Amino acid sequence: MRTADLVRTAVSNTLRSRLRTTLTVLALVVGSSTLTLTTALGAGITDYVTRQVDALGAEDVLVVTAAAGQDTSEGPTAYDPDRSVGQSGAAAGALPGAGAGGALTDADLAELADVDGLSDIEPLKTVSLDYVAAAGSQDRYEVSVAPTSSIASSDLAAGAQLEADGSEPQLVLPVEYVDALSLGSAEDAVGAQLVLAVTDVLGEQHEVPATLVGVTNPSLLASGAGANTALVDELADLQSGGVEQPARYTVATARFDPDLTDEGVSALKDDVAAAGMTGQTIADQLGILTTVISGITGVLSAFAAVALLAAAFGIVNTLLMSVQERTREIGLMKAMGMSSGRVFGLFSLEAGFIGLLGSGLGVLLAVAVGTPLSASLAEGRLEALGGLEVLVFEPLSLLGVVALIVAIAFAAGTLPARAAARKTPIDALRYE
Amino acid sequence: MTVATGESVAVVGRSGSGKSTLMHVAALLDTPDEGVLRVDGQDAARLSTKQVGELRNRRFGFVFQQFFLDPSSSVLQNVVLPLTIAGVPAAERRRRGMAVLEQFDLADKAGNRATALSGGQKQRAVLCRALVSGPDVIFADEPTGNLDTTTGAVVEDELFSLVRDRGITLVVVTHDPALAERCDRQVHVRDGSVVTERVAA
Repeated sequence: MRTADLVRTAVSNTLRSRLRTTLTVLALVVGSSTLTLTTALGAGITDYVTRQVDALGAEDVLVVTAAAGQDTSEGPTAYDPDRSVGQSGAAAGALPGAGAGGALTDADLAELADVDGLSDIEPLKTVSLDYVAAAGSQDRYEVSVAPTSSIASSDLAAGAQLEADGSEPQLVLPVEYVDALSLGSAEDAVGAQLVLAVTDVLGEQHEVPATLVGVTNPSLLASGAGANTALVDELADLQSGGVEQPARYTVATARFDPDLTDEGVSALKDDVAAAGMTGQTIADQLGILTTVISGITGVLSAFAAVALLAAAFGIVNTLLMSVQERTREIGLMKAMGMSSGRVFGLFSLEAGFIGLLGSGLGVLLAVAVGTPLSASLAEGRLEALGGLEVLVFEPLSLLGVVALIVAIAFAAGTLPARAAARKTPIDALRYE
Repeated sequence: MTVATGESVAVVGRSGSGKSTLMHVAALLDTPDEGVLRVDGQDAARLSTKQVGELRNRRFGFVFQQFFLDPSSSVLQNVVLPLTIAGVPAAERRRRGMAVLEQFDLADKAGNRATALSGGQKQRAVLCRALVSGPDVIFADEPTGNLDTTTGAVVEDELFSLVRDRGITLVVVTHDPALAERCDRQVHVRDGSVVTERVAA
């Protein structure tokens, strides 16, 4: 039998017993739509996290903090005069994963500069702001500036990124400040003149003007406002009140070759650790978060796998019944010279066609249900996480789901197909 | 026993005597417990599965006790099943299928479902299916068993005239003495053995 005829026969046989095919297909639809949704969820969250990573900083930046032993051991750290520095307790605006506590000294920075492969070592100045207000307004709000914001790009709702080298003082604010400061919409707010206040070590408050250049989406990771270097420097100078303090920095950044391999980065981090500090790339800082997310999607995918397993047994059952019912038809075809291989192929194709129907409908259903669901979540419950698209349907992964399920269906079909292929024409023809 | 080309042989005997089995063995549908089957003088046991399949497909035509028509397919699709299995292109299948249906006055039923046919029409459709691949031998198991006497006689006439016109060898299993009488030769089977052979007068 020609392959085209075989496919046509398989399709028409599948559509012949409609109720049975429909029920089997339904089981597959449950599995395939679940799998599609979990894949989309994984893609959506990964996409969001990737944007958050961008918000935290550039790819080629190593964030260096003093190693306080907090990464490896539990309990208090023993005092070591060579390494220990004064603990500040509250680390204002610490990055997630960048251990709270230790501070870097100028000596540490000098050591960093000696590490091969690191360049542009910049201590990040931290400033403690009193408030932010629109120019000429008395509505004042507390605000903090993320330490790495001057080197990071933000996940913007409106406006532009900070100019790292700009001489004008620039600020980006989370979108919730726009309403609070009565700046209208996010788009309208861009370009607004703001006033930031900082109190120096002598207790005197200073106001600094700044331009709002961008409005950021709410974020899981990078909270607070962002300020460019010009603004941070100005604020830090005012804060020190002209008093020379022993330099203490919570965080320093260093750039490395962006083409460096993972092993190279890891070696670099070892060098930094040998110098008594902790170096983390942006990816490291998100490590735990990504692990948790992939864990969740893994569990959901496991549910989908269970549903698909059940559906696979459904296919086996359906086709075994079909083989039984069509014993005489199989016998006739074999009597007329159809080979066992072709009979096997016919039933395998029927299984594959059921798989194709089930997965196709399942994927369509998942997209049809998921798209409005994702949109309503983004506007409702998850509004606080601006820019989060919960479900992202990627055409390639949709095709992947279909291909996977057709493959499962084929595998499930081999058992009944073998049963059909093994029938002898004579037994089949005698079958009542 | 030997069946010569163009000959018509009736296998007769009581129910359970083994006449259907004899036909199945002769048609390569079953393998003999003892004895040897030769096709064109060649031991059939030496043929590969594929060769047996091709032999049955191209050179044998079958009429079984039951019609074995697929109720969900059209009459034409049912009739051309041997050609479909042989891998004949669709246009060619249609041409040959329609040609044989016309001989049996079923051309107007070609598009109907097989279930829509009367008993006699079904049996004629089955004959069409047996003849469509242009076989050398037709094996028929109680070809008129499902039909009333009148319809059965009409179908018999059609069968015998075709077989004679085309020089097709006919092996027919029956317990209908009238049908057996019309064959060149009768083979009587009892308890699985050929007991007598009688040449028609």
